[in-house]
This record gives sequence, C-alpha cells and structure tokens, in this order.
Amino acid sequence: MKQIYLDNAATTQVDKKVIEVMQPYFSEKYGNASSQHLKGQEAKRALEESRSVIARSIGARSDEIIFTSGGTESNNLALKGLFFANKGTGKNHIITTKIEHDCVMNACKWLEEQGARVTYLNVDEQGFVDPEDIRKAITPETLVVSIIHGNNEIGTIQPIGEIGRICREKQVYFHIDACQSYTKARINVKKQNLDFVTLNAHKIHGPKGVGALYIRDGVKIEPLAHGGRHEKNLRSGTENIPGIIGFAKAVKTSRNSDIKKMEKLRDKLINGILKIQNTNLNGPKDENRLCNNINVCFNNIEGEAIGGYLDAYGISSSTGSACSSHTLESSHVLKAIGLSDLQANTSLRLSLSKFNKEEEIDYVLEVLNKVVGKLRRMSPVK
Amino acid sequence: MKNKFEQYNKQVMKHFLKPKHAGKIKNPDAVGRINNDMCGDLMEIYLKIEGGKIKDIKFQTMGCAAAIASSDVLCELVLGKSLEEAKEIDNKKIIRELGGLPLIKLHCSVLGERTLRKAIEDYESKEK
Ligand SMILES: Cc1ncc(COP(=O)(O)O)c(C=O)c1O
Ligand code: FES
Repeated sequence: MKQIYLDNAATTQVDKKVIEVMQPYFSEKYGNASSQHLKGQEAKRALEESRSVIARSIGARSDEIIFTSGGTESNNLALKGLFFANKGTGKNHIITTKIEHDCVMNACKWLEEQGARVTYLNVDEQGFVDPEDIRKAITPETLVVSIIHGNNEIGTIQPIGEIGRICREKQVYFHIDACQSYTKARINVKKQNLDFVTLNAHKIHGPKGVGALYIRDGVKIEPLAHGGRHEKNLRSGTENIPGIIGFAKAVKTSRNSDIKKMEKLRDKLINGILKIQNTNLNGPKDENRLCNNINVCFNNIEGEAIGGYLDAYGISSSTGSACSSHTLESSHVLKAIGLSDLQANTSLRLSLSKFNKEEEIDYVLEVLNKVVGKLRRMSPVK
Repeated sequence: MKNKFEQYNKQVMKHFLKPKHAGKIKNPDAVGRINNDMCGDLMEIYLKIEGGKIKDIKFQTMGCAAAIASSDVLCELVLGKSLEEAKEIDNKKIIRELGGLPLIKLHCSVLGERTLRKAIEDYESKEK
C-alpha cells in the first residue's frame, strides 16, 4: 500500500543529500573534534563549517551558536541556564505562553519549583499572543520572555519582531523556540532582537538528536552538563559530528520555493477539508500560519479514531485528542485557543513536507471524506 | 500528539475498522448512554428484547479505536443472550475476547460494559 506521510511536524524524512554528506563522518572521518591529530582536525573543520552555515541562516555569528542534542535540550539550556546564571540577582520572572511545546512548559514548571515565577500568557482564538500583554507582564524582576515562534499544533507564527522590540526596550532577554519555523519563516537575530534561538534538525529533513542554541554574544548562562569544556564550556560532550554535518546540509538544501509549494498544498488540503460539513480550522487563516500545518476539528467524531482509519489507508496523521495522549488529557494548545475538551478530541493535525505531492492531497481528501462519513454514522452525536 | 495504532493488535483493528454492530435500532426497547469520565467521550447502546433475550443490539460511539472495537465485541458477546447472562459480561471478558488492549485503553472497554448495564436498567425500569 502506498504510504502518505503527513506528520512532518513530528519529524521528517531525512533528505538523501543529507545522508550522503553524513556517511563519511561515520566511516572514514570519524575523528574527535577535540583531538590535535589530522583526523581530529578534519572533524573540527567540518564542525566549524557547519556552525557558520547555521549562524548565517539566522543572521548570527559563528561563535554565537552552540550545538546540542536537539530542541528539547536547547530550550532547557536557554531557560535553566539563564535562570541559574542570574540566581541571587532578583531576576527570577519568566514570561511565556499557554501554547508552548511540552519541553518549554515543563522546564518552566520545574523552574517554578526552583524559585522562579512564571507568567503563562493567554493567546487569542487563532493562537496569537498580544505583544502588549507581554509589555504589561514585564516587571523589574523579569528575566526572559520565551515564545514558541511557529506553533507545532496549530501553526500560528508569532509577531516576534514586535515582541523583540518590546523586550529590547524593556531590557529583558528574548528566547524563541524556532523548531517548527526554522527554514519556514524569517528569523534574523539582529533585526528581530533575539537573544536566544532554539533550532533542531529533524524537522527540516536532517537527522534526529541534533540541535543548536543561538546565544547572543555577551549573554551569560550556566551549563547544564559539566565535562570536557566543549562548545565554549556551555555544553560538554564530544560533538555529534555526523549529525551536525547533516543538520547544516539540511539547512543548505532548504529552498524558499519549498515554502511556496507547501503553502499551495496546505491551502488545497484545508479548502478540501472545510468542504466537509461541520468542520472548522484551528489556527490562523492568513499568512501567519506555518506553510506545512493543517489542524481541523471534525466535530462529533474522535480524532484518534480518524487517525486510526487514515493509518489503515497508509496516511500518517496526528491528533490533539485526549484519547491519544499518555495522560488522557486533550491538547493544552487547543484548550488555550478556547476549544472544549470534547471539541479538542475531534481534532486532526496534518503536516506537510517538501516531499508531498498534489496527487497525495487528492487521495487524502478522498479518503477523509469516506472515513469521516463512516465515523459520523457511528457517532451518537449529530 | 501521538499515534497509538501500532499498539493495537489485529483483533482490535479488525473490530475497529469493520465493526458489525455499529449503528442504531429503530424503536429500540431500551437505550443506554454513558459519558466516559476518563477522556470525555460518549457511547450509546440500543437493545431490542424479546422473551427476556437480546434479539438485536447496536452501538454508537464518539470514541477511540479501542472504544469502537470493545463495543463491537461486547455486542457480539451478548447478542442472543438472556438479560441475566448479559449482565455477567464485564470488561475483562471483552478484553480477553479482543486479545488484550493497551493499558491506557482499558477504560474504553469499561465504557461498553457500563453502557450495556445502563441499557438493561432502562429496560427493567420500563418493565416494572
Ligand atoms: C516547537 C518544538 N519545540 C521543541 C521540540 C523538541 O525538539 P527535539 O525533538 O529535537 O527535542 C519540538 C519537536 O519535537 C517542537 O516542535
Ligand atoms: S474513548 Fe477516549 S480513550 Fe477510548
């Protein structure tokens, strides 16, 4: 059966070109970048070249990029590192939103136990934070504002330029979690006044287990892992050279034209789904939506069951339904945009990549029509 | 946002994808309706009863794959049984018949059991 992968917000297929450039760094160029010999220096050179690729892609300098094991680690390092570096200064207030990825949300909850005060800002019904709410929430104790740039569930792209201006004016640090938006929406650390940027590779056709954190020159943080003083002593541990090479290649192979292509497929899929009765789109309807995100409520039927039927047709999807979570709680993001638990349970997320084709979208729409009809006939709610 | 389907076995998938007892009965003799307090989902069971036996049974659910599969198996198990026999059927029996459910989905089979009891109670209260 043909497989149609529409869960690219979870992870993506590694691009063949990426695998190709990684290969030699397993088999031949396997040196440790800290070693003085040729093999070591070969690895070191590749490491630094990759660093400059990542740096340039967001308008940063190479020495402002730290490689990590991924988005989770980068987010944790930014928030905890900053909190511990400022312990005892009275700066213990963190401002974030109610629609963050679990790793930011749970890092913040943990920091509350360590003495931080955290403000979780509301968002509007499309998932936007109001920059003025951020301004109002800032107090003399505020250390950092941490915002998810492109939302992984509903695709909302936040106005980071405006938020950055406010943070700079009020002299608080600004961190963005850009795992979903990287290579899909503009990121420029200077123009947008960013102090920290979390990036990872596996959402952009790179390998899993690699990420980066941009830390603006001069900003001090404490490391989480102590060891052999790698990565400016902020992240000890032998660098994942093949992964980092693959990460840089993934950035180099991403094209602006991919965004246009995904937007076209996204809009076709959204419009096709909304033709099905009693459906509604979650997240923004305008250009401030990630080019690859579709999130809809089908109402009166269970997202987990829809996903199960799609899977039987070879289509991979995801849902914010309670029935699909480890905790039997529906998505905190869908609840933050005002959905009831019952509505959130009917949600389905489809997320595209540059590899998806128009025929696939036609097939998905055909299957969805069938499946939704069948499940609705099975549902007691009409 | 996790996919769970890989943890359902073949038997569960069969009842989920091709349920034989999904639907409604016109003019049922009894109806049971329950809200799943774990995840918030819903289930209804409709009964046709003749001579103290379950002549026909159908379910409708706004529930997950496990909920659909468990209700289908439940219907299969009790069809043709007397009300007393049907009352004996609990979710352990449903799970056994399905060849097991993921731990976090056990409550979905309880949903079926409770909805059926509710339907039988509905019938018995009308009979009095
Ligand atoms: C917005 C966002 N932040 C953080 C992460 C975590 O990244 P990683 O899986 O690389 O740890 C993800 C993806 O899982 C994400 O979508
Ligand atoms: S019906 Fe919600 S988890 Fe099964």
